[in-house]
Amino acid sequence: MDIFANLLIGLQTAGSLTNLLYCFVGVFLGTAIGVLPGLGPTATIAILLPITFTMGPENALIMLAGIYYGAQYGGSTTAILVNLPGEPSSVVTAIDGYQMARKGRAGVALSTAAISSFIAGTIATLLIALFAPILGEVALKFGPAEYFSLLSLGLVAALVLAHGSLLQAFGTVIVGLLLGLIGPDVNSGVQRFTFGITGMQDGISFVIVAMGVFGLGEIVANLGDESGRSVSDGAISKMLPNREDIRRMAAPIIRGTALGSLLGILPGGGAMLASFASYTVEKKLSKFPDEFGKGAIEGVAGPEAANNAGAQAAFIPMLTLGVPSNSIMALIIGAMIIQGIQPGPSVMIEQPALFWGVIVSMWIGNLMLLVLNLPMIGLWVRMIGIPYHFLFPAILVFCAIGAFSLSNSTFDVFLLAAFGVVGYVLRKLDCEPAPLLLGFILGPMMEENLRRALMINRGDASVLFTRPISCALLVGAIALLVMVLLPSIRARRDVAFQEE
Amino acid sequence: MSGRAEYKPGGSAFASEILQRKDFWSAVLYVTLGIGTIIASLGYEFGSPSNMGPGFFPIILGAMLAIIGGVIAIRVFTTTDGNPDMRLGFINWKALALVSGSTVLFALLLPYSGVLIALPALMLVGAAASRHFRIELRAVAGMLVLSAACALVFVVGLGVPMPLLGSLFGG
Repeated sequence: MDIFANLLIGLQTAGSLTNLLYCFVGVFLGTAIGVLPGLGPTATIAILLPITFTMGPENALIMLAGIYYGAQYGGSTTAILVNLPGEPSSVVTAIDGYQMARKGRAGVALSTAAISSFIAGTIATLLIALFAPILGEVALKFGPAEYFSLLSLGLVAALVLAHGSLLQAFGTVIVGLLLGLIGPDVNSGVQRFTFGITGMQDGISFVIVAMGVFGLGEIVANLGDESGRSVSDGAISKMLPNREDIRRMAAPIIRGTALGSLLGILPGGGAMLASFASYTVEKKLSKFPDEFGKGAIEGVAGPEAANNAGAQAAFIPMLTLGVPSNSIMALIIGAMIIQGIQPGPSVMIEQPALFWGVIVSMWIGNLMLLVLNLPMIGLWVRMIGIPYHFLFPAILVFCAIGAFSLSNSTFDVFLLAAFGVVGYVLRKLDCEPAPLLLGFILGPMMEENLRRALMINRGDASVLFTRPISCALLVGAIALLVMVLLPSIRARRDVAFQEE
Repeated sequence: MSGRAEYKPGGSAFASEILQRKDFWSAVLYVTLGIGTIIASLGYEFGSPSNMGPGFFPIILGAMLAIIGGVIAIRVFTTTDGNPDMRLGFINWKALALVSGSTVLFALLLPYSGVLIALPALMLVGAAASRHFRIELRAVAGMLVLSAACALVFVVGLGVPMPLLGSLFGG
């Protein structure tokens, strides 16, 4: 019965008029940026973070979460209508979704995506409500050794999922960890790597890093290839799937939800991996495997359920352990810290209204997406057509003002420009920027926990392996690394990324 | 595959090929940053595992980074794979300079000119990075409307302490 009491607390928080409004703003913005070319959720959340500092913590988190899963939805819309996945997690949706659109079934494909996402979101919300408290109990037993090992596992998972060379991704993570150390050392107060520059005395804000690398760096990269995109103007008349469609999508939705929930919990996992896995599974199990790639509805329903379930399940490690599983969760953790909330198992106990409010708001947000987005499809279609050269100067403006407003100093704007260059350089060198941001946010946490773990154990590093949970996590991290280095899996990983 | 047999390690064609490779420049970046970190951290107390000083973690990370860079470098110099994916390709210097330059310009102008001039300057210089850049009525109107809206929302509404007109105008 506990779960219902908890969900009721959440409903009271998320159901308030203000929070419903923030939730709507979040999913609306999220869908819009998912649809708009060249602007991703990471950059958007970074740009909006300075504004959220003035809101209450629940309002801020509910809105940011809405942007995150709303973007998945918008990404699927462009995947289906123009064969351009707006987000990496909707890459596989483009395969069959676009084919359905070409056969005049764009409306059905869109509503299939919406219905699958909603069902998956509902089930995932219930799963979070069931399992988060259990995980939270385990997390209360965590000491510094366990946290260090968990953070290591998270970083390794981020490496494995990064594109391109593993070594290069490893290097990017370390650069991120090092950047995170800039500023005063927690234990001794010594200024590290600030080189006497006043503006860096408190370290660099993660907002600047994220805006520079994902906002500015992305703009420069996008300007290298300014091919326009056009919407195939197939009239979207018939929206609702028929009885045959519904019969065919039921099982894929359930399987996709299961896959997404499982993979989403893994650090570094999340929506993208889940949607790939689901597509593969559906193709194998389908009675009509030859229809895949030619507009099979299972190829839309399964992956869409999987990526939505994965996106929501990614909140579990973030909310219960305080460990981000992707760069957006890392930003949300940063936002919580600025709000004065230390993410971790204590959030659930000390701030039940916040914790359950965010969870229930995700369900409400999914309902809004389902109800509001289908009638609003005309607006999204028009947004897809906005040319990038009208859009990016506005992104520049919001980044510059956002950077300034962090501490009301122009120094942060100069830093923003510098991180824009860093972002472009990383992209040019095939070093994905997401591991950099993750390293940046996890760096100080890792150092702190390693220090404490070794201090308690008088400098004996074996403590990381003698405590069972810590050992299991580290073994997991090592196993993951070894697995990716094995030639056969490595080849498959390359293939999986090539499909994008 | 075409470039595979043409370059031998040590040849001059190999040298110019290497300068075009992404992994070569990653190696340069990582080795430089790794060694730089170690040098910069030498001034901080290293401490011992049981009582780590501020230099402990950065030196270990710096060493790891330098080693990773070194391993990538070894792979660069022992393979003559003309894999086209590993080539740097087109570097958009113009967009890089204009996008980051416009941001710097905004920061420089802000205290003197205020947002009402710094914002249009930012947009104008930034937008020039696109090859579709043209001065046309619709774009200029959009620029002015967005500048005014930002001034209204951020400065007047949210109270971000940016001057509307800066010290040059007695603001």
